[in-house]
Amino acid sequence: MSATGIGAAVRRKEDHRFITGKGHYTDDISRPGQSYAFFVRSPHAHATIKSIDIKAAAAMPGVFAVLTGAELAADKIGNLICGWMIHSKDGSPMKMAPHPALAVGKVCYVGDPVAVVIAATLAQARDAAEKVKVDYAVLPAVADPAGAQKPGAAQIHEVAPKNTIYQWHIGEAKGVDAAFKSAKHITKLEIVNNRLVPNPMEPRAAIAEYDAGSGQLTLWNTSQNPHVARLVIAAFVGMAPEHKLRVVAPDVGGGFGSKIFIYPEEVVALWAARRIGRPVKWAADRSEAFLADAHGRDHVTHAEMAFDAEGKILGLRAKTIANIGGYMSTFSSAIPTYMYATLLSGQYAIPHIYCEVDAVYTNTVPVDAYRGAGRPEASFVVERLIEVGARELGQDPAELRRKNFVRAFPHQTPVIMAYDAGDYNASLKKAMELADYKGFAKRKREAARHGKLRGIGISAYIEACGIAPSQAVGSLGGGVGLWESAEVRVNPTGSVEILTGCHSHGQGHETTFAQLVSERLGIPIENVSIVHGDTDKVQFGMGTYGSRSGPVGMSAIVKALDKIEAKAKKVAAFVLEAAEGDIEFKDGKFTVAGTDKSAAWGDIALNAYIAHKFTGQQLEPGLKEGAFYDPTNFTFPSGVHICEVEVDPETGNTEIVAWTAVDDFGVVINPMIVEGQVHGGIAQGVGQALCEGAVYDKEGQLVTGSFMDYAMPRADYFPTLKVDTTVTKCPSNPLGIKGCGEAGAIAAPAAVINAITDAIGTEAVAMPATPPTVWAALQKSSRAAPRAA
Amino acid sequence: MAAVSLTVNGKPVTADVDPRTLLVQLLRENLRLTGTHVGCDTSQCGACVVLVNGKAVKSCTVLALQLDSADVLTIEGLAPADGPLHPMQEAFRENHGLQCGYCTPGMIMTAVDMVRRKGHELDDHTIREELEGNLCRCTGYHNIVKAIAAGARAMKSAGTAKAAE
Repeated sequence: MSATGIGAAVRRKEDHRFITGKGHYTDDISRPGQSYAFFVRSPHAHATIKSIDIKAAAAMPGVFAVLTGAELAADKIGNLICGWMIHSKDGSPMKMAPHPALAVGKVCYVGDPVAVVIAATLAQARDAAEKVKVDYAVLPAVADPAGAQKPGAAQIHEVAPKNTIYQWHIGEAKGVDAAFKSAKHITKLEIVNNRLVPNPMEPRAAIAEYDAGSGQLTLWNTSQNPHVARLVIAAFVGMAPEHKLRVVAPDVGGGFGSKIFIYPEEVVALWAARRIGRPVKWAADRSEAFLADAHGRDHVTHAEMAFDAEGKILGLRAKTIANIGGYMSTFSSAIPTYMYATLLSGQYAIPHIYCEVDAVYTNTVPVDAYRGAGRPEASFVVERLIEVGARELGQDPAELRRKNFVRAFPHQTPVIMAYDAGDYNASLKKAMELADYKGFAKRKREAARHGKLRGIGISAYIEACGIAPSQAVGSLGGGVGLWESAEVRVNPTGSVEILTGCHSHGQGHETTFAQLVSERLGIPIENVSIVHGDTDKVQFGMGTYGSRSGPVGMSAIVKALDKIEAKAKKVAAFVLEAAEGDIEFKDGKFTVAGTDKSAAWGDIALNAYIAHKFTGQQLEPGLKEGAFYDPTNFTFPSGVHICEVEVDPETGNTEIVAWTAVDDFGVVINPMIVEGQVHGGIAQGVGQALCEGAVYDKEGQLVTGSFMDYAMPRADYFPTLKVDTTVTKCPSNPLGIKGCGEAGAIAAPAAVINAITDAIGTEAVAMPATPPTVWAALQKSSRAAPRAA
Repeated sequence: MAAVSLTVNGKPVTADVDPRTLLVQLLRENLRLTGTHVGCDTSQCGACVVLVNGKAVKSCTVLALQLDSADVLTIEGLAPADGPLHPMQEAFRENHGLQCGYCTPGMIMTAVDMVRRKGHELDDHTIREELEGNLCRCTGYHNIVKAIAAGARAMKSAGTAKAAE
């Protein structure tokens, strides 16, 4: 392993601009003559729009335009879409209601954009927005998914009776029913996977500019996938022909899924920029992020696990109601179906699984993918069932898991996924050693002496990542392919540019991708640069999410590098006057086999472009190759996290006193960056478990609308984390990488809740397990603090 | 509109601003110093931290007009334009204390102030408590804590080197 190659903890190349304040985030960009947009949003969760009076607003100082959904429709701008078709059990297609970028006729959630004010300054736009008069007829609202299908619940979209978008299922009910009938023990749980607000630190922003001379539209946007945004906005929203729209995602400050989707604001900005002939800039403030960014999770699940007398799992069944929100966001339909239920086997050999999912509309902001996207929901169900099962059966939770692990690979689960390679026992063993699982009883006694209830919780997770094989995705209803692209451009002076369809919004691709190239070509890492995020530069790509940049993005680079090496060898054959078959390439040098004749990388690169050593008939000049890589399978990162907590029985406060993570990500390119991804994922999972929760009241008002009310985990929530890995190479891609971006968020919540429930001796702890929640649960258990007389 | 005169990163600045203008808006829009970021609207996230007269201040929570004659230091002014990086900046890179970079300027400025108040030997517990006013969504804080501890110690060495001149 070289100091800058695969496996090295290379310090990041991109850091310089971030630590010196010279990044270029979307809001940092200013276009000459730009105007500022401010959206008028519905204060009601559900209402019809009787009229909109913009006269007073339009007359305010500095205002260029006040626009509504009527003008948008008149200009023939199409609706936003959900790009993944899901069919119900009865074969009927999902009920997708129209979603215009500015509400027409009715509003469906608090924050639904109704009008936009464009003015010379943001202050002027805000002031004018207050003068827009919208006359609403308020309708009853329904905010909670469990209530959306009940008789008497407000009906949100005509196309979806009982607010039901689809009733989907997977697995086979008959086999599962038989398994449950024969079971010696059944564990049953009611689980709420709490609704979350992704809250990347950079709020969303968009700048749109129109060049009337050329008809070219440009959008700077905080997108995780600029090409997807371009395709959807061009082809589906009908804003402009695809080749007349450029989308640039510059430095982006975190995404976690929330910046995948195509939102109303960038559509309106583009349309407005062309209409008024000025660049239009919009940047969300945090309150708007809470109101208008896609939220995550929000499942209500009844789940059961059947065991035989020894504790072998015979079957799992679950019924989930998934909240989609007021409209269907871009990938919303896939999250509670193919991203969720297909992981319900966990790390275990479960012969029968059946899951039903009802997706419902409610008067809340749309819900879509958020770090883990369906897999945290699945993992939580499985890991709570087996933990509670262990307690009910009187078996050690680690032992019960070990008994049920998949051991032979490949392993076909009953829910589509075929696990390719893994060693779940290795992760569990290592995690238990590092966590000193055996010593827990002693630590528990020690803690009790200090008046604390100590608990330990295991979470053995698996995920399907490296999204995704295109044909498989298409057969399941996906509207796009999920391959990735890479172009390797070798310059005459030997430096290399990699144009990737992935996008880095914190993942460190400028470093990790360069490590791959540096090692393969034997050139200094300083001579490699990574280009991403601009549809004018990179022809097409699917972006970054689903832990795909390693397995899919890097595999595309490998394929392109294979072609580069082949072409370079041809050039070297001419330069070294040898047969192509005799050329060897190693450590940046081309040698004629069995001789000491050699040429350096730089020589060959220059020769490829000078083209003096061969004719145009013999070989094309240049050294530039592209590749599209379509994965042949999902990848399956997995691991075991062990959380230890101390609960204060007086206050219900939970302190995380120890965390051990042992993950199997296959081959690791940069261990420092991979650990960072695990740390960040754990923090978000802990946030879900301990303090985060997006709450809408009965009228659909967002109660947790700022950082004052929505508790984000802070530095003092965590001890030093112990993070380690085991490695089973991924058999399905050239580098053997599984991906690592979501693991922590998938594993963590169950580890925390398993630990807290272990500490306090009752299972009735819902997420977030805030002090009042834990304290209340404790009162009902036998371990409550004795009350003063 | 009203006038305000202050020093930013060592240079005198005069601006005519709407009285509602926050310091962070003056920095980002009038002075085009976009290294200081806005991450929230309730003063929790700390992405906007700068030093005012040597002390950490959330620039989203102070009006520009309050700062007449003040001395403001932003992330852009922490290290000389063509000089070496500040030890705290170096420590963040060396310890992978950033991923997307958005909270980073605020974290670094907060850390520099933390050293001023709490000294060069900062333990984990102290750093984590002192970061109550800074949110990060990417790193889980783990490497930020490492970076700050290392940066604090490096600031001492650098300071010693200076004193010896």
